[in-house]
Amino acid sequence: MNAQQKWTAYYTILIREVLRFSRIWIQTILPPVITTALYFIIFGNLIGPAIGEMHGFTYMEFIVPGLIMMAVITNSYANVVSSFYGSKFQGNIAEMLVSPVPNWIILAGFVSGGIARGMAVGAAVTMVSLIFSKLYIEHLFVMFTIGLLTSTLFSLAGLINGVYAKSFDDISIVPTFVLTPLTYLGGVFYSITMLPEIWQKISLLNPVLYMVNGFRYGVLGIADIPIWISYLIILGFIALLASFSMYLLNRGIGIRT
Amino acid sequence: MTAALAITDLRKTYDNGFTALKGINLSVQQGDFYALLGANGAGKSTTIGIISSLVNKTSGSVRIFGYDLDTQRELAKSQIGLVPQEFNFNVFEPVGEILINQGGYYGIERAIAAERAEKLLKQLGLWEKRKEQARTLSGGMKRRLMIARALVHEPRLLILDEPTAGVDIEIRRSMWEFLTDLNESGITIILTTHYLEEAESLCRNIGIIDQGQLIENTSMKTLLSRLDTETYVFDLVEPIEQIEDKGACHFELRDPTTLEVSYHKEDFSLNQIFAFLNQKGLQVLSMRNKTNRLEQLFIDLVEGNKA
Ligand SMILES: Nc1ncnc2c1ncn2[C@@H]1O[C@H](COP(=O)(O)OP(=O)(O)OP(=O)(O)O)[C@@H](O)[C@H]1O
Ligand SMILES: [Mg+2]
Repeated sequence: MNAQQKWTAYYTILIREVLRFSRIWIQTILPPVITTALYFIIFGNLIGPAIGEMHGFTYMEFIVPGLIMMAVITNSYANVVSSFYGSKFQGNIAEMLVSPVPNWIILAGFVSGGIARGMAVGAAVTMVSLIFSKLYIEHLFVMFTIGLLTSTLFSLAGLINGVYAKSFDDISIVPTFVLTPLTYLGGVFYSITMLPEIWQKISLLNPVLYMVNGFRYGVLGIADIPIWISYLIILGFIALLASFSMYLLNRGIGIRT
Repeated sequence: MTAALAITDLRKTYDNGFTALKGINLSVQQGDFYALLGANGAGKSTTIGIISSLVNKTSGSVRIFGYDLDTQRELAKSQIGLVPQEFNFNVFEPVGEILINQGGYYGIERAIAAERAEKLLKQLGLWEKRKEQARTLSGGMKRRLMIARALVHEPRLLILDEPTAGVDIEIRRSMWEFLTDLNESGITIILTTHYLEEAESLCRNIGIIDQGQLIENTSMKTLLSRLDTETYVFDLVEPIEQIEDKGACHFELRDPTTLEVSYHKEDFSLNQIFAFLNQKGLQVLSMRNKTNRLEQLFIDLVEGNKA
């Protein structure tokens, strides 16, 4: 395939992925928006005033970046894992496997689909947050790139889950038992400086912490972690997961018998 | 001329240890219409799966129009259109999009793919359904959708794994016609089927797989000429009580008006048999071939392989 053909194959997958989650927007876009709105109401409006300021911001302002990030992470992951597993389950993954499209394009297409949904939901949640709180953006470039890179990272993670998944249970196990705890403990709702020292150290092992803090730095200009470390960690994980995904696709794990 | 498909010593052992292919050698010439027959579980779909990159082979080599599937994978893949045995499209995708997307995976621009999709969907009687989700199609329509999908990128080799399973007689006939036209336009076709009459009327050459081995690979003509016994069933006008064999020609009375005749082709002609019946004063109302001749041969071959 020449470059032009590869490009065609790539955006075919991307368009298909975007149409897929758009067709079922009531299952894909609406729920995170509602959940996040509830977080804003309960934690921001009702409980927030009792908590007081965090690093000079209201509690509501403090959690907005974390909640946007949480939505981006969950939805990027969910999109790729359900789309990839779905195409294994229905067999239509074969449409790509019989074609000459290279594996890295398949990977890029699925991941871009996950990014599209992550960004769409992220944008929707950001809009909702404007109802409750003013949005300062200190460093737009940082906010945008950290959001995009995090979305990429979790789209890759979703693909790997999709490769290994053998049942619909398998696509909800990782989100429930790994992703949700990591996100909740990743500094969405608090600053790790509030934790006892030992828990601060343990928190540093959680990759999500670096993403939430990087994003919060972009929005509010404050973070528990230097921003360059956030970039380094996220890029490192992307490189790792992307190579692993390529290995899985090249070996045909879970897709070729 | 390079073969459309050349398979050498192809073996497959599945992860569970089951050996589905035990060294298949097979070559299909360009322009051929080839039937791959075999009982359930013989290894047809496994062979097709390997050719179309859906199944990893254990050993052996596959060449498609001279392109090696291991070393020239992209080129090899571009030549093939696959109609798999099981429905495997996304049932929530609209019919038209399935075709356009499939074209996209081969690098075909959406506008061009859309034109080809229109032509194919019209030819296969699915144009009205182009905007419907694939799950709303009937079984026969789903089969035709898979045929259309396999042709969007204009392959030179079309492989169909039981394309007419569950398809009604009328549609089957029109599919045959469609495939014959494709073949006449130069596309090499390989087809598996359990309807031997289908293989007989469509295919020029034939291979029979049994338990992972190719036990027959010859032209349809040669195979049929090996049939030396003919069996006919005559419906008689008047009932009779009994009838004696005439030499090596064997008569059997199923009921008083149904007579079964079997004979060796070298020994007798139908005319001689009619003459004999005439002489006995028996009038034949109608006659038919007892079984599909190929069916008997197929069973003999597969039985022979077991022994
Ligand atoms: N994924 C798999 N794992 C293990 N064994 C398999 C697998 N797929 C097929 N087999 C076995 O390999 C053998 C050949 O199967 P295959 O599907 O190639 O048969 P077939 O000739 O296409 O049969 P049919 O006419 O029923 O479609 C069968 O015994 C089958 O059980
Ligand atoms: Mg089969």
